[in-house]
Amino acid sequence: MMHKQAVIVGGGPAGLAAALRLKEKGVNDLLILEREQKLGGILRQCIHDGFGLTRFGESLSGPEYAQRFIDQVQQAGIDCITDCTVLDITGDKLVTAASREHGLLQIQADAVLLTMGCRERTRGALATPGTRPAGVYTAGVAQNYINLQNIMVGREVVILGSGDIGLIMARRMTLEGAHVKGVYEVQPYPSGLPRNIEQCLNDYDIPLHLSHTVVDIRGRERLTSVVVAQCDERFRPIPGTEEEIPCDTLILSVGLIPENELSLAAGVELDPRTRGAFVDEHCQTAIPGVFAAGNVLHVHDLVDFVSLEAEALADSAAEYLLAGSLPACPLEVKAGSNVGHVIPQRISGTRPFTLSLRVRQPLNNVSIVVRQGDREVLRKKMRKALPAEMIQLPIRAEKLTDSADMEVCVE
Amino acid sequence: MQSYDIIIIGGGVVGSAIARELTRYQLSVAVLEKESDVCTQTSGRNTGMLHAGFLYKTGSLKAQCCVEGNREFDQVARELDVPFKRTGKLIVGFTEEHRQRLLAMIERGRANGVPGMELIDRTRMDEIDPSAGGNFAIHCPSSGILDPFIYTIALAENAVKNGAKYHLYTEVTGTEYLPDGRHVLHTSRGDFACRWVINSAGLHSAEISAMLGIPGYVIQPVKGEYFVLDKKAGAFARIPVYPAPTERNTFDTHATPTVDGNVLVGPNSFNVEDGEDYSVRQIGMDGLQESGARMFKHMKREYYIRTFAGARPKRINPATGEIQDFLIERPEQAPSVINLVGIESPGLTSALPIARRVVKLLQEKETLQPNPAFDPTRRGIVRFHEASREEQARLIAENPDYGEIVCRCETVTRAEIIQAIHNPLGVCTVNGIKVRTRASMGRCQGGYCETRITAMIREELHKAVTDVRLTNGDSAMFTGYVKGGEQA
Repeated sequence: MMHKQAVIVGGGPAGLAAALRLKEKGVNDLLILEREQKLGGILRQCIHDGFGLTRFGESLSGPEYAQRFIDQVQQAGIDCITDCTVLDITGDKLVTAASREHGLLQIQADAVLLTMGCRERTRGALATPGTRPAGVYTAGVAQNYINLQNIMVGREVVILGSGDIGLIMARRMTLEGAHVKGVYEVQPYPSGLPRNIEQCLNDYDIPLHLSHTVVDIRGRERLTSVVVAQCDERFRPIPGTEEEIPCDTLILSVGLIPENELSLAAGVELDPRTRGAFVDEHCQTAIPGVFAAGNVLHVHDLVDFVSLEAEALADSAAEYLLAGSLPACPLEVKAGSNVGHVIPQRISGTRPFTLSLRVRQPLNNVSIVVRQGDREVLRKKMRKALPAEMIQLPIRAEKLTDSADMEVCVE
Repeated sequence: MQSYDIIIIGGGVVGSAIARELTRYQLSVAVLEKESDVCTQTSGRNTGMLHAGFLYKTGSLKAQCCVEGNREFDQVARELDVPFKRTGKLIVGFTEEHRQRLLAMIERGRANGVPGMELIDRTRMDEIDPSAGGNFAIHCPSSGILDPFIYTIALAENAVKNGAKYHLYTEVTGTEYLPDGRHVLHTSRGDFACRWVINSAGLHSAEISAMLGIPGYVIQPVKGEYFVLDKKAGAFARIPVYPAPTERNTFDTHATPTVDGNVLVGPNSFNVEDGEDYSVRQIGMDGLQESGARMFKHMKREYYIRTFAGARPKRINPATGEIQDFLIERPEQAPSVINLVGIESPGLTSALPIARRVVKLLQEKETLQPNPAFDPTRRGIVRFHEASREEQARLIAENPDYGEIVCRCETVTRAEIIQAIHNPLGVCTVNGIKVRTRASMGRCQGGYCETRITAMIREELHKAVTDVRLTNGDSAMFTGYVKGGEQA
């Protein structure tokens, strides 16, 4: 059995950034396990640009953004095993993985960094009625076929859901000569970023139909049509508004779910709101030495923030490994009115941290208020707050008390 | 023209069981299947129950075949390497009326030869499965669950191993007799000649029967919709839980664990004209959610991973609409034909007993010579996920493809997918790989592995992108390459 100070599960943007920072902090005995043949995670298939604006001040493609980290990881001589899938993680941080080259690996780690990313919500999870023909793809699967395998999945396209990958794929398929007939979003507002609505739909005259959903999928062999309908405020289709749209392809962009099956195996408890782990300000789960960051913790809209969060994780993990422990975090952070979720869910009240949150619905002219009991820790005015955009607020230590739970509200 | 002693029309679980039983003798046997695989219709679209046999009229073929099939299934599962668990079953009741119906059911079960059925109280129910709804229940220890895909595939593969030929995508369009008394079957893939025809066409058994000169049978397809729930829900389901039967002696929505650890909730039940319309309806899903939650306390939206539908081909009396027994006949008006009509539930449990009755009808007309080379055993693909850590290490050492996980949700390796792609029946669809390996059956539904599986199908079978199919007919996955992509 191998022993490592830190095992990093997943060599995508979170895992790469965490590994580099750990190394900088003097943790030398670390290992990245990546199930794909190459590092980079989902960025490998994101060939559009717009990555790195915050971090590098320039617009990079996904592979370019990833490559900057991969080059540094290689220069730093950090151990990686690619083509290696982790099968199990125990609460005692024993990692079991399968690899063609190395066989069945068992690694005892002092710290485990969970950086597995997320997966796409499927048609099955939505229980969309209809048949099950060929031609129904999640946006990420279509993106993989088109960008990594050069394969076209269809010509006449309807997109359900206005998540960012769906918007990107609307543009991508249009550029490949497909006819994207429209994007249908069940909510009364888009779930993707405003810049993607502008650059991927409006620039190509692709209509976005809010408060609409797909109520039937037709065709026995290949998809022949979908039926869309308008929805009421409770997302129920309104009878009489159905419209049949002939198409051979339905792309689903209906949400991302943090991929936490390994976390659950280790005994990590998940927050039903984020579907990621409950973590403290050190990105540490309830199991000491097991950390999580990036999309496995909560779904981000920009990779730049994934990298930052992973670096914060690595700072804490390095402290855990080098000092032996981290300050306790007895205080709870609660999501108050209009707040969908918060990260972290526990804090020490003595150290600075970055608070991440999402609002529940689009709001104008609001204040984000962070309180501990009667004490106002922070108040930030926002002209516009959208669920599609994660809000991150640095919280300074001198504003905090270590004697009261925290609540975050949007007022 | 290809010529066989015996041609079986329909390669579902019954047709495949007949093919397998006939290869015990020195006969040339072919199966004509109109679809891409052996379990894409009724045989693959059901609850996967090994029924006990208490539901059917005493003395009926359904009762006899079911009890016989149930009794022998431990051995069958061993011989053919079929995932199977004898879980027992609970049939739960809430009211006094239910109690009376359950007591009547125990009586019928005893008369049919079903062992060990008893009425139990809530305390015993909690010991057996606390997540079951209801105030009291029948416990029937002989019921079980099996993988209906693998069972059908295993019978077919064992038949092929012993000499039978499968012709997929081969739909019978007409039949006639040759002057020498043999049959000619016209199909979508040319003509076939044979001495005997066995009609095992399931949903289409009445049409084939009429084609063979035996008109008058009526099949009423009765459709049922299902939810498949995540293995997280499966952790709460130990045993199939059925509600007390309705006045018409049928079951409403039930919750059944699968051999793989998922839960099936369903089916509902309604008559349809077109038995091959497998669409699911919103109203059906809403109903299953409501009635399913009464049977299974963990019926929650967050556990949905898929829906599906199937249809039971019920033979009805055209005058009264009454549902009739299995029909297994060698009719005088159509020489050299064995005709099976209305083989529905419990057809999965009854497949081999039905097949033996077919063989017996044949033996009444001619002497069959035993096939000395017949081997009743078949081994399936060794599953990495089910192996111990030591075995996993050994598997990878022997074949590095076992070290490459293709489907992360179900932990299916490249080695298993490659074995499935080169299956003995020559099935080459994405769904064919799925039912043989479980790849893409998990919670991400192929989000991770489907792109890899289609690439492997193309590589292993040298297929063009436009020739990769999801399932039956022309279910093409792709329309071609991206601009300039073919050269890339």
